[in-house]
Amino acid sequence: MADEALFLLLHNEMVAGLYRAAEQGEGENGRCTTKLESMGFRVGQGLIERFTKDTARFKDELDIMKFICKDFWTTVFKKQIDNLRTNHQGIYVLQDNKFRLLTQMSAGKQYLEHAPKYLAFTCGLIRGGLSNLGIKSIVTAEVSSMPACK
Amino acid sequence: MSRQAGRGTESKKMNSELFTLTYGALVTQLCKDYENDEDVNKQLDKMGYNIGVRLIEDFLARSNVGRCHDFRETADVIAKIAFKMYLGITPSITNWSPGGDEFSLILENNPLVDFVELPDNHSSLIYSNLLCGVLRGALEMVSQGLSSSETEIRTTKVQMAVDVKFVQDTLKGDSVTEIRMKFIRRIEDNLPAGEE
Repeated sequence: MADEALFLLLHNEMVAGLYRAAEQGEGENGRCTTKLESMGFRVGQGLIERFTKDTARFKDELDIMKFICKDFWTTVFKKQIDNLRTNHQGIYVLQDNKFRLLTQMSAGKQYLEHAPKYLAFTCGLIRGGLSNLGIKSIVTAEVSSMPACK
Repeated sequence: MSRQAGRGTESKKMNSELFTLTYGALVTQLCKDYENDEDVNKQLDKMGYNIGVRLIEDFLARSNVGRCHDFRETADVIAKIAFKMYLGITPSITNWSPGGDEFSLILENNPLVDFVELPDNHSSLIYSNLLCGVLRGALEMVSQGLSSSETEIRTTKVQMAVDVKFVQDTLKGDSVTEIRMKFIRRIEDNLPAGEE
């Protein structure tokens, strides 16, 4: 519980720090998001390795997605994904109605334009986790009203 | 019941690994962005400072410690409560200077450096410099609310300027990690928060 506060603060500071540095440099916003995402990717890879050391083999893609939604999300964000939808053709939508990294920010539409920065790391996290489980993926995030996000 | 306890400790371990891995990714990225280690150290310290000023509020809210009367008490609180709460370790306090204004925190194992090795071309990098910034920022922003009478509530901000640095580091081959904290000065502001 206390560790979570630390991680939240570190994450927010990372986002802020990277953008601060970019402003002083060339001011390339897109690169910051990429950097954050690639950091998340590395962390995701490592985490999933440690985490699935002792778990049984996954039967199929859906099983992996369910693992991500339940166990992985619980470990990282202390709650499960609220809603998982799929079109059974490779697209999965994970919906979290109270995304931990956004709860402290606002409870509605304020600051919506800043939300994507805070999601980049998590997208990378998921992509890294999936990649180490053998799935190549593209992960994007969408926020319509904080603190819920897809 | 026992299974639940097992999962509890496992998830706690995972959380600290999440933090460790994230910190590692951050330092790696910073090393790529900045050419030399000194800049990375400074950046880590600045980020740590920003985290520290926010962390102190979280800490005071969670731990409910009373006011510390001197530097020694502060040291105790930092080592036994704060470190335990956030990093799960309890460093020991040693090497008090004769004037009582400097001490060392000895960490047997530093959770930030799990899975980390310093390559040779980054020998002047202080990997855990974020910790220094956090300690510095937190102590500069310690504020305690005291209610003195029914009509008046005073908020006393106890701000301390401290100098924090790493003296030994397991990443560089020492047996323990040692952080030296030196008290520089104290700034005390009495702000009456009430109307009159």
